[in-house]
Formats: sequence, structure tokens, C-alpha cells
Amino acid sequence: MNSLLEKYIKKESLPYIFCPGCGNGIVLNAMIYAIEALGIKDDTACVSGIGCSSWIPPYLNMDVMHTIHGRAIAFAEGLKLSQPDKNIIVFTGDGDCLAIGGNHLLHAAKRNINITVIMINNYIYGMTGGQKSPTTPIDAKTKTSPYGAIDNPIDGCGVAMSAGATFCSRWTTGHPNQLKKAIQEGIAHNGFSFIEVLSQCPVQAGKSIFKERDPWKIIQYIRKNSTITSVWEDEYKEDKIRLGNFKKETDKREYCEKIITLKKRMKQE
Amino acid sequence: MNISIDDNYCKGCEICINACPKDVFAISQKRNKYGTLIPCVAEKENCIACKLCEIMCPDGCINVETEV
Repeated sequence: MNSLLEKYIKKESLPYIFCPGCGNGIVLNAMIYAIEALGIKDDTACVSGIGCSSWIPPYLNMDVMHTIHGRAIAFAEGLKLSQPDKNIIVFTGDGDCLAIGGNHLLHAAKRNINITVIMINNYIYGMTGGQKSPTTPIDAKTKTSPYGAIDNPIDGCGVAMSAGATFCSRWTTGHPNQLKKAIQEGIAHNGFSFIEVLSQCPVQAGKSIFKERDPWKIIQYIRKNSTITSVWEDEYKEDKIRLGNFKKETDKREYCEKIITLKKRMKQE
Repeated sequence: MNISIDDNYCKGCEICINACPKDVFAISQKRNKYGTLIPCVAEKENCIACKLCEIMCPDGCINVETEV
């Protein structure tokens, strides 16, 4: 086994529950490498909701919370407010974050609270059997859209940035080193960080969206259909998915700091 | 240089075989306890220790040790 992972993973719970070739393991590796580079293992807690991607934190040899569906960000906000000196990382999926938990995402981004949200987008509800999710591409045939999806997918990064997230980036599982650096920057950033990872689901999305069961071919397909850019244009016309570190804003005040100053003011009055 | 693959946790997704830029890994005829064909280290001398296989392995099976 990987010698670095031995330090971070509960060996008694291995092997992972994930299907062969699942992208969640790559995101977990990138996160572990980022935490190792920052040296913050004992000052970090992970929170997750419900879904395939939310099974990442329970394997970690750290403080983790596996919470209710869609409310991972809400739990993380509470944890952060009670312990403002600790780093909180949220693992969430496209359904967990953009469908049932969409409201929590908007409000956490609006508050600019210092948590890092890693949203793993596999384009489908994988755990429940392959239903259409908010990010399923148009015309994709899934269990709940047998004639092809007719509505447009949600762009997670666009939603988070328009709500006020101060750090935003998007990578795929085919860019593990860039993803590691983005997670590292997101944890170090003082404010709400949103990192979207485009991941492969060879079982459910492979069957209904990509028509391809080989995980490597799906990684290559996503890589080919994306372009790396550092500027986010609102009027984007091309078909390709944009990847990169889009936004880093440092002049906006953080929510915990605001609460602390409010408390001081209330005591004085 | 020492490259090891953990048979206990490998699920045979073959990402490592494709991800390696120097084609160090190859599929073997050996099966692990789950019955999946696991990869083997075929051309160890080609390895440049980029450690892409380590971070790309979804099950954390590969370990690349470089001599100091």
C-alpha cells in the first residue's frame, strides 16, 4: 500500500466501498497529498453528506462527520463557528450539493465562511442506481430520463461564484497534481473555497451517459472535452467545459471574523 | 527504486497501466482473492519516479520508493 496513505487511512476498513475505477479514490489521494504538504493533519476535520462521494471521509484517520443528505455544508458551518481555528473540508457530490443542498451552498458562499467544499461531479446519481442529477448533460439518457434529458445542466462553479464564493476552481480526475494544488490553495485561502472535480463513474454514468465502461477512456473523454483557462467569462459560447483556478478574492471579510467583532461590540454596548 | 502493488486492495481498474507515461505496468495473469486480474511491474527500469501512478490509483495500492 502507498506509504503516505498508510498514515491517513484506517487500514481495518479497507478495501474502499467504491466500484473499480471510481474517481473518488483519486480525489481522496489528492486531498491527502494536499494535507501532507500543508502539514495540518491534526487541525483538520472532514464533513460529508449522502452519496458515493460522501463515503470518502469515513476512511480517514482524522475527525470526520458523516451527516444527513444535503446538509453537509450546514453542519460544516456549525463546526467552523464552534472551532474557528480548525480547517474544515466538505466532501459532497453533485446531487448532495446542487440538488437537495443547493440552498446551503448559496448561503455558505454568501457568508464567505472559511470552509473548503470539494464537489465531486460524476454527472449522475450513482449510489441510487443512475437517475438524472442536476449536472446530467442535455440529451443524456438515464433511468429517469429515458428519452434524453431536456433541461440544461447546472454549472456548479458559476452558481458558487455568483453567490459570492471567494475561491473557485475546477479540475478533473485526469489532472491529479493540479487538483492537489487547488485543494492546497483552497484550504490556505481565508474564505469560502469551492472546488469542483469532474469525475468518472464507470458503472452508472458509463452505462447511460458515456456508453463506455473503461474508466481511463471516460477520463480521456472528459479531458478532451475541456479547456484550461484562468478567466471566467459570463458569456461563454463554446461547447467545452472550462477548467482552471477561476477566482481568488482576498479583500472580502470572513464570516467567523465578523462574528468575533460583533461579539466584542455587543459586550461593549 | 522499488515499485510494489498491493494485491489485497487492487480492484483491477487498469488506470495505472494507462496513466504511466513510460508504460511500466502491464496486465498479468495473476488473480487476487476477489478474482480480478491484477497489474504487474513489467519494465521497472523505465520508471522515472514521477509518482503519477501513486496519486492516480483509486485504491491506493501502488507504492514507489526511490533510493535516497
